[in-house]
Amino acid sequence: MIVEQDPNAARIVRETAREGPRRSLGKSINRVEDPRFLRGEGRYIDDIKLPNMAHAAIVRSPHAHARIISIDTSKAEVLGGVVCVVTGRDVAELAAPLPSFGAGPIIQDMIAVEKVRHYGEAVAAVVAENRYIAEDACDLIEIVYEQLPVVLDPFEARREGAPLVHEKLETNLAYERTFSFGEVDRAFTDAQRTVNAKLRWPRSTGMPMDTNGAIGDYDAGTGVVTIYANSMNFTYFLWLIAASLKIPASKLKIVPVAAGGSFGSKFFMHKVPTLAGFLSMLARRPVKYVEDRVTHIVNNDHCGSDRHYDASLAFDDDGTFKALKIDCTDDYGAYLQFGTGTHGNALSQVIGPYRIEHVEYSLAAVLTNKNQQGAYRGFGAEVSNWVLERLVDLAARELGMDRVEIRRRNLIGPDEFPYRTPTGNIYDSGNYQGVLEKVLAEVDYDHWVAERERLRAEGRHVGIGIVASQERSVFSSTEFWFWFDKPEFTPTSSPESASLQIDPMGNFVVTLHSQSMWGNSPETVVSQVVAEEFDIDPASVVVTYADSQHALPGTGPGGSRYTVMVSGAVAGAAAQLKEKIRRIASDKLEVAEGDLEFRGGAVGVRGAPDRQLTLGEVALTAYMFRLDLPGDMESGLAAQSTYDHPLTTLPNADRSDLGMFYPFVGHAWHIAVIEVDPETGKISFLRYAAVHDAGTIVNPRTLDGQIIGGTVQGLGTALYEEYLYDEHGRVRNESFETYHLPSSMDVPTITVGHQETPSPYTPYGIKGAGEGGRMLTPAIMSGAIDDALSDYGVTVTSLPISAEQIVEWVSAGKR
Amino acid sequence: MTNEATTHAVRVEVNGRWREGSVEGRLTLADYLREDLDLTGTHLACENGFCGNCNVLLDGETVRSCLVFAVQVDGRAVTTVEALAGPRGELDLLQKAFHDNHGLQCGFCTPAMLLTAHEYLRENPDGGSDQEIREAISGVTCRCTGYQHIVEAIRAAAEAGAGRESA
Repeated sequence: MIVEQDPNAARIVRETAREGPRRSLGKSINRVEDPRFLRGEGRYIDDIKLPNMAHAAIVRSPHAHARIISIDTSKAEVLGGVVCVVTGRDVAELAAPLPSFGAGPIIQDMIAVEKVRHYGEAVAAVVAENRYIAEDACDLIEIVYEQLPVVLDPFEARREGAPLVHEKLETNLAYERTFSFGEVDRAFTDAQRTVNAKLRWPRSTGMPMDTNGAIGDYDAGTGVVTIYANSMNFTYFLWLIAASLKIPASKLKIVPVAAGGSFGSKFFMHKVPTLAGFLSMLARRPVKYVEDRVTHIVNNDHCGSDRHYDASLAFDDDGTFKALKIDCTDDYGAYLQFGTGTHGNALSQVIGPYRIEHVEYSLAAVLTNKNQQGAYRGFGAEVSNWVLERLVDLAARELGMDRVEIRRRNLIGPDEFPYRTPTGNIYDSGNYQGVLEKVLAEVDYDHWVAERERLRAEGRHVGIGIVASQERSVFSSTEFWFWFDKPEFTPTSSPESASLQIDPMGNFVVTLHSQSMWGNSPETVVSQVVAEEFDIDPASVVVTYADSQHALPGTGPGGSRYTVMVSGAVAGAAAQLKEKIRRIASDKLEVAEGDLEFRGGAVGVRGAPDRQLTLGEVALTAYMFRLDLPGDMESGLAAQSTYDHPLTTLPNADRSDLGMFYPFVGHAWHIAVIEVDPETGKISFLRYAAVHDAGTIVNPRTLDGQIIGGTVQGLGTALYEEYLYDEHGRVRNESFETYHLPSSMDVPTITVGHQETPSPYTPYGIKGAGEGGRMLTPAIMSGAIDDALSDYGVTVTSLPISAEQIVEWVSAGKR
Repeated sequence: MTNEATTHAVRVEVNGRWREGSVEGRLTLADYLREDLDLTGTHLACENGFCGNCNVLLDGETVRSCLVFAVQVDGRAVTTVEALAGPRGELDLLQKAFHDNHGLQCGFCTPAMLLTAHEYLRENPDGGSDQEIREAISGVTCRCTGYQHIVEAIRAAAEAGAGRESA
């Protein structure tokens, strides 16, 4: 197929293309972010103190579904040190509901009005001189509830007469649709074989160590509400938050603050900053609101997917895949905060790296009395990959075919790119066979197959898992609305901006226009791009963040978009500055602009090492010597650039073609060799290797960090993490004592390898790579455990695979 | 806004400097450090004693500062992350090893990891085995790194002599 880019995107691709070695990209430089965090000077949200700042705590609902009959705040209000007590009545009177991407009358307020719909929902907030007093006062608030029947199972929620989470919706089924691409039924009829699986993906969450937090600072004089927040992406959400606060967006100033991790949980952080701003407006002084851990667990802005699948794969006797049918019931909890966009992710890479021409995808989004679902690293694509790879393992078993061989036969070939998938999204580039061969060689797969047999003969339970995944990157906003035939709002922008300034002494300052530091390496990325363009020391670049009143359009990190997008923005600004520097230097050195090159912090004549000007000399001229500049040139050496998504198209009218919406697609293979202790269910790792292709690599070591960290997070999903609800809808594991996160003792040492297949459509050929690890571990652990326990006839169909479950399988098999 | 009836005088040596103050009985060491002394490098992630992100050294031994009351450290010596770097921010050997080995991503657990690793390296200046390093840091939860680069950083620090520096 032929893919055309808009001229600006194509220009950036041309300008950033390079033959031969690069100066800074591809080098494992030390992160420029690190020193302040190493010294404990990271300035997270809870570290910031404003003069006269008060502190807030919330009262969380003890019930999953209840009408609020009365709230008596009188005892709390008279407690010494209490500034004010706020309830749903204040919210109903003075604020508007929180923004939502879901359709229909599904209203969410920052503090519940009239009724609560999930355990932990905020019912009141207290602002006090310190957090201790705020929490004391919360205990003094007397609330009378009328408990309502709860619904916690999405299938029960769909039954006639089920308790309604939102009465005005008149159903708990918020969304239902079947997308069909190709001739699925015919392909299933014609195929020689099918496998089917009922699969269950549990609700867990990103669980960053730093919870969501914000400080509201209302200036009654100007009416400006300043909110310091550890997430908030300006273009996308700011005006929506302003609407909730009933102020013009021009009077809302968001100041970005570094986040101690997000993993999706801060992506569309709508509740916490809005509440902090609102409380500040009522208290008329700065108010800090930072979730404590329990609040984060039961009341955070995003939980991960909570899905039930009925999925089938059709294939022929030789292992050729023919068609895929996926039916998903997704338990969204009490609100449809982020809509069904997490399934857009699935549709961007639903066929994985395999040639599958016919796909049917049915989704029922159901509301229940649980906390609302949103983004978690992988954004639904990690779930979809687990489903696909489970089906592939089952197909291999059905055919008695090796799991590598069946995958190899179906891989899209290196000469097939750009590859149009059945949904309309494309895969831009790849060499999947190359990645596979690399991981097999890395692990010495044949050795481990032999070793597995040898160890099994000794009675040990050793298993191998091998899985592949796509890693889509850089979403287009169409994925948030192509669900609907007549969407209310159809945005197509998701830009990123950068400002680049060289000061009069020749030092570089980059300003970013999103809250982008949440554990990734935005400052290192832009420093390396600047160093690439100007041949300077990346550690000398100063990176700063604009607040929203000074910011250009930005979308922030998420969906593995930031590295690609900010690189495009920095490259665009660099091109403008380089042009200006060339003009000045050409004039001064009396040489054609085309003969100049940037080298070692200077601009000089190619082939003449002594004919050059340092960037400091050029900059001083640009700022201070107007009469030395070419006639029409303005003083200064600063540029800004806004970079739009470089390759996206609209969906068609009947949604049989969703367009290009996630087109820069990386690829990965992991191999794990594990041993299961049948007595305790404990899993040990004998070998774990990962090979990823994320296009051109900016920094191999930080990419390794993302891959290893993501892999381990996926291991948590595979083996440990799940929110447990009792029959009343209360979360039973609301602390780290009972919600186990992987520790240093639970995780393997992972060998990471890379292949680089540049994207033809992005700056420098970079693809995003923040989520890949988590897309593979659930599938690989499922396959490895199946294999290790093959004597017991085990097939993993639900996660997490607990030690108890393994012991149960073994004892049942022994009977 | 303290309650006079429950306040107590404390005298604590924090990062080599004696500090005197009056605290409520229920004030945790973590909040005392963060709120009263503005030492915000000590981070709270669960306030429940499980994640270890608030670890500090009390008389040289790691403690969860969320589980210790400020009054309990009266007369004792507390070391926080702020004590590690030099007067102009020069990283110590362990911090440098974390920097060189990408031992941090979001940086939130990093102060606790550093202090925990310092305690370990003081006892095991040769670094010990990877398994021993993993065991030493198993009480500190990191959600970003998967721990691997932290283990490598601690090993590199041992090789650079950080254990002898800690002693």
